[in-house]
Amino acid sequence: MKAEDYTAMKNQQTEHQRILVVFPHPDDEAFAASGTLAKYIDSGAQVTYACLTLGEMGRNMGIPPFASRVTLPAIRKEELAASCLAIGIQDLRMLGFHDKMIEFEDQQRLDNEIMALLQELSPSLVITFYPGYSVHPDHDATGAAVIRTIGRLPAAERPLVHCVAFASNHERAIGKADMIVDVTAFLEEKMASIRAHRTQFQAAELVGNQELTDEEIRTRFGTEPFWTYRFD
Amino acid sequence: MQPITPEDIQIRIDQLAGQNLYVHLELTTGAYASHLDSTRHPASAFISNAAVRYTQGSISGTGPYRVGLKTTQGWVYAEGLTHVDETEKERLILAGHDSQGKLIVALQLSRETF
Repeated sequence: MKAEDYTAMKNQQTEHQRILVVFPHPDDEAFAASGTLAKYIDSGAQVTYACLTLGEMGRNMGIPPFASRVTLPAIRKEELAASCLAIGIQDLRMLGFHDKMIEFEDQQRLDNEIMALLQELSPSLVITFYPGYSVHPDHDATGAAVIRTIGRLPAAERPLVHCVAFASNHERAIGKADMIVDVTAFLEEKMASIRAHRTQFQAAELVGNQELTDEEIRTRFGTEPFWTYRFD
Repeated sequence: MQPITPEDIQIRIDQLAGQNLYVHLELTTGAYASHLDSTRHPASAFISNAAVRYTQGSISGTGPYRVGLKTTQGWVYAEGLTHVDETEKERLILAGHDSQGKLIVALQLSRETF
């Protein structure tokens, strides 16, 4: 079977027993993939979320600010656990890396942690950021570490990788998303996951302070695009 | 966090003078600055747990406030400070929040590492 046929076949397989999600910040899962994850979990998937940092360098402290630089990590840890509960994620791993510093971390240490998770869990699907097209340096560095580590596995042992991308130039470089998940049936879980991040979601560029109508929620949050990573 | 009352901050600055401290100093536009507005130049810097000792320090301005600390070999300076973590009694946790409520500057002093 040709590599692209193999990928297409795996892509059609909508049921995944075991999924590994790797993002750097609490709330990345909420905005990028919470509906999709709730949908997979509803079909019986076991999801492990490896969250690399506690987002302790985040700028949003709530409106008005109820967190400070020193209290933010503990607060975001609780927010992350609440978000995972809302989605139904069964297994949350907080890996303890420092926010904003992923690209400067010891690459070997980072890759070893990811490899250990792959070996322990043998996921059929991994969800992460598309390296180079995910805006925040931590996003790009996380995606790069996941791709680098999975790339070391023999081709036949590699899980399917669905990447999130949102840089302003991304479609010119990597085309349109090949996987667009309709999550309208899971918007309750998704919005609960987003709102669990109490210090974050009121920021104007995220959800904002206004109550959204159901129609606005469907338009803004009803689909989640992913790009299947091609290793060849 | 509560809005800064400069008189209270001055007392705290005086209480921490002449001791071996750790400083966290940060200025940030955020990693999304140019993604959200391409005319903006993203810039950030932070230093955490740098050892520092100052002989005199003060808060200045009418808000947002400035703080300058004269150290044994130089200066520590922050502008744009608006808020203080009022629950912290030992450490001094100052931050500046912009019109959207986002942290843009932080100056923190502590006898223990952060």
